[in-house]
Amino acid sequence: MNQATSPKRALSGPLADQVFGWLAKSAALLTMGLLAAILLSLTISAWPAIHKYGLSFLTSTAWDPVREDFGGLVMIYGTVMTSLVALLIAVPVSFGIALFLTELSPAWLKRPLGTAIELLAAVPSIVYGMWGLLVFGPVLATYVQIPLQSAFDGVPYVGAFVSGPPVGIGILSAGIILAIMIIPFISAVMRDVFDVTPPLLKESAYGLGATTWEVVTRVVLPYTKTGVIGGIMLGLGRAIGETMAVTFVIGNFNQLDSLSLFQAANSITSALANEFAEAGEGLHQAALMYLGLVLFFITFVILSLSKVLLAQLRKGEGTKT
Amino acid sequence: MSTNLALDARKARFASRKRVNLLAIALAMSAMAFGLFWLFWILFETVRLGIDGLTFATLTQMTPPPNEEGGLANAIYGSLVMVTLATCLGAPIGIMAGIYLAEFDSKGWLAETTRFVNDILLSAPSIVIGLFVYAVVVSSFRSFSGFAGVVALALIVIPVVIRTTEDMLRLVPSGLREAAYALGAPKWKVIGSITMKAARSGVITGILLAVARIAGETAPLLFTALSNQFWTSSLSEPMASLPVTIFKFAMSPYENWQKLAWAGVFLITLAVLGLNIVARVLTRQKT
Repeated sequence: MNQATSPKRALSGPLADQVFGWLAKSAALLTMGLLAAILLSLTISAWPAIHKYGLSFLTSTAWDPVREDFGGLVMIYGTVMTSLVALLIAVPVSFGIALFLTELSPAWLKRPLGTAIELLAAVPSIVYGMWGLLVFGPVLATYVQIPLQSAFDGVPYVGAFVSGPPVGIGILSAGIILAIMIIPFISAVMRDVFDVTPPLLKESAYGLGATTWEVVTRVVLPYTKTGVIGGIMLGLGRAIGETMAVTFVIGNFNQLDSLSLFQAANSITSALANEFAEAGEGLHQAALMYLGLVLFFITFVILSLSKVLLAQLRKGEGTKT
Repeated sequence: MSTNLALDARKARFASRKRVNLLAIALAMSAMAFGLFWLFWILFETVRLGIDGLTFATLTQMTPPPNEEGGLANAIYGSLVMVTLATCLGAPIGIMAGIYLAEFDSKGWLAETTRFVNDILLSAPSIVIGLFVYAVVVSSFRSFSGFAGVVALALIVIPVVIRTTEDMLRLVPSGLREAAYALGAPKWKVIGSITMKAARSGVITGILLAVARIAGETAPLLFTALSNQFWTSSLSEPMASLPVTIFKFAMSPYENWQKLAWAGVFLITLAVLGLNIVARVLTRQKT
């Protein structure tokens, strides 16, 4: 009995180990292959458009599904502008939040306040979208856009940025909502990297009589520079790829005649969300796939940069003390 | 005289440094208040308008045509089915890959690359996942289907689960592993009954967070599962889901559709935030 089972047990160990190891490895390989598969399948589906337009697709403003003439500049402009507005708002606010959580907040408030900000990231984007369209948009129009317009009426250059119907839809409202959505990501990274600053450095500065602001700007920020930029990149990547919230409030209007921030516009993601399911197979679909490929490429580059920068900070952690 | 002047200058400088500092502190506090303000405003409106639109019929009736009474039953059912299946499909793959990264090969090129790719996938635009599944699944079956929606959501589950599984396994002290190896346990047994058991609550947290993430995802379902006005339990047909239905109803001019959309938004927010809070409580107990 014993002799019959013992060789089997001896064998089952290594065999099960091999099977298990093989399973784990193939799951990892599958994940890695996923990225390549996404790039490959998007390129194949977009090929008719890539073949026809090449890189001039990126600089053409045409978007005419009836005559089958496509260009991506309007959407790319919308994506870039909304993300820019979002960053302009989100970066200083996130910095303030991280500063508050690391240097100012009493210990018992740190956790609940940090959690509350993190919950902003958990709210589904469709909720942001619907709230933005039906609640925030009208408020923005009445209390921000109309006063701004009357203040800058007739002023050259600035006036052009605030012209257009004040209905609370367009690049500005999309940018503000994106800012709210990326604040938790940027502030979480900033808080984490601020926390890795060696306490010794900070305490020395405080000991010399530096104020909180001086400690943060002259000791913490220089030490965590790469991490902070990495966090901002992460937020930018999120903002560029965000779909539903933007689709609700940007207005989905293909135009580039007016550069006003109040004017309805279009972004890559909202064009995809609105048109793809209805686009007939052929050039229209291929052009949308091309847009998707551009979007994926941009976010890929930005996220890789963010990852590299954050890794650099972590590498320096052991040496710079 | 000159010492007095120098003293005055120093005092003035000190005062201005203090002023700058006070201003910075005030700004940091208002930034915090700014962040909290949006959270409370959004939650307040969601609850106010959501409860207003919520009736018993919301949970029992089908999605109606414009200006007729109805509910969200088929959308809720579709969401439940797709989220459950996507979790069952994605979580095991994510857990296995996480185990590979933490236990088998944590420094090799394959692990480094996988980790890098995984971080990209974690933040990649979800609408691109939708495009990918459209190109691979929908266009080869020549039909939008619930199954395609499940695949799209599963692809979002995988990176979330990989990340948390790896992180949680790394927290397990290596003494536990070594003790098990010293007793002669094979590797699969060490992982299965020692390290995974020790990291269990963390791994469950990761799965819960993944569920919370996909429960609110709209973009990857738009052109995979599409939507459906009627009840369907067949995965080969287009399937309604709560987020896509909300999108359709909220953008419409019909008042009853918008009311239902608010009710749906309330239900989704409740579920997603609830899952997030449960996940947080689970990890807090552990640490």
